[in-house]
Amino acid sequence: MSNLAQRNLVVVEHDNNEVALATLNAVTAAQQIGGDIDLLVAGENCGSVADAAAKIAGVSTVKVADDAKFGHHLAENLAALIVEVADGYSHVLVSATTFGKNVMPRAAALLDKAQISEIVEVKSPDTFVRPIYAGNALATVQSSDSIKVITVRTIKFEAAAAEGGSASIEAISGGADSGLSSWVSQAGSNTDQVELTSAKIVVSGGRGMQNGDNFAMLHSVAAKLGAAVGASRAAVDSGFVPNDFQVGQTGKVIAPDLYIAVGISGAIQHLAGMKESKVIVAINNDSEAPIFQVADYGLVADLFEAIPELDAAL
Amino acid sequence: MKIIVCVKRVLDPQVKARVKADGSGVDLANAKMTMNPFDENALEEALRLREAGTAEEIIVVSIGAGKTEETLRHGLAMGADRAINVVTEEALEPLAIAKVLKSIVDQEAPGLVLAGKQAIDDDSNQTAQMLSALLGWSQSTFVSELKIDGDTATTTREVDAGLETITVKMPAVISVDLRLNEPRYVKLPDVMKAKRKPMDKIELDSLGLDTANRMITLEVEEPEGRAAGVIVESVAELVDKLRNEAKVI
Repeated sequence: MSNLAQRNLVVVEHDNNEVALATLNAVTAAQQIGGDIDLLVAGENCGSVADAAAKIAGVSTVKVADDAKFGHHLAENLAALIVEVADGYSHVLVSATTFGKNVMPRAAALLDKAQISEIVEVKSPDTFVRPIYAGNALATVQSSDSIKVITVRTIKFEAAAAEGGSASIEAISGGADSGLSSWVSQAGSNTDQVELTSAKIVVSGGRGMQNGDNFAMLHSVAAKLGAAVGASRAAVDSGFVPNDFQVGQTGKVIAPDLYIAVGISGAIQHLAGMKESKVIVAINNDSEAPIFQVADYGLVADLFEAIPELDAAL
Repeated sequence: MKIIVCVKRVLDPQVKARVKADGSGVDLANAKMTMNPFDENALEEALRLREAGTAEEIIVVSIGAGKTEETLRHGLAMGADRAINVVTEEALEPLAIAKVLKSIVDQEAPGLVLAGKQAIDDDSNQTAQMLSALLGWSQSTFVSELKIDGDTATTTREVDAGLETITVKMPAVISVDLRLNEPRYVKLPDVMKAKRKPMDKIELDSLGLDTANRMITLEVEEPEGRAAGVIVESVAELVDKLRNEAKVI
């Protein structure tokens, strides 16, 4: 397949105000596939998103469906729109966030196409690498579908430049509201200044933190480092912190410059979410904990002594 | 209401996957297998709905050959009323799985389908959404709280930004997350009872579906390991290393 034959459609994730950073990584994956890149913005009163999307480097056209039925990205309406717009594209991509994971398989099935989930590398326009088994294996897969439907694991693709492009903006309309689902409310819990998925430094706590109150120690260290706070599944399941702190196979997959794992044993599913970090620090009182096998710097210590000491040293 | 719960047999989550030397896949020979953890949460929720009087019958469905039956027996031991095993030796992709499940749903006409949000082997996170699409039903994914009131389900979804609540019209396909519930342990008498519960076997070919895979796996390899690190003796040494050696703070 020559580059000229390829046309990429990237579905933009946004909150009706701003383009989500993860979309810029998906655009980079489209750039590596090659050919034209168009963006699809579906939302309500999302003009500022369309304007920002048009400035992303390398984008030809931004298609905008601005309608109340797209305001909360409900899967039924959004998938139907993606299917309408996908005609004529060789690749349809979205970030592998809960936004993309929710809607894209629905669109793929309606198109009668397979979905290639969470690609980490583009080998060629039809061949991709994706992690399986919590990242303990990497599968290289070749797709025979006429439209490749793809979700992109953001940490393995640099963000495309958010400025420098001058795409045209084209208004489109979607079909009727399916009426199948309705949005009720959204509760955010991780209100830290620094967002977990884009933080350069992350301080995470595990079961060893013992309770939610003790996470205050990690927030204090994080504030000094300009870091985000994360957690292992054990800490989330124990109710110490809400699910949006969770780093792991079924939580967020992150790759900060520095990851500090505190009181985390290092279960397979946790390592899947952080082992691509550039530098890993493990602080744990159990010298046999598997987390030490992936740590660049390990400190075998009682976290209730080490963390206050670390806080004071910063 | 009848509920279908989709379950998959996977490598035990505590076992680290080992890639075969010839790069053809992951070695599952003699490996410890289990019901996909998220699917256990889905089944547990169905059982609680039955106990609350919202559902009358629970059917567990799985696709595969050989010991797939064991996983279904585990579902029956947990408390499902009957099982359907669609038998095939092929490793089907999620789209094909969704097509097979649709044909079972068409036959059984449940009011609700529950599934785990993802299988921990191929980590695709697709099947529930695809099944919902093929049925033209509503969907809610990554659900950590579920309340059914007549023809509406109120669901709390675990999303990247926190918790989102949406309502969906029934019938619905709902994929569940781990915080939804704590799956029950199976007791020995339940295991014995499960042996007498009905299990239908349906040959995949008899369904007349196009389940051809759209992808070929060219290679499976192990990711690069991390180089061994060092153990530091003190917080002061750690801070020094991070500042002056790694230069990350």
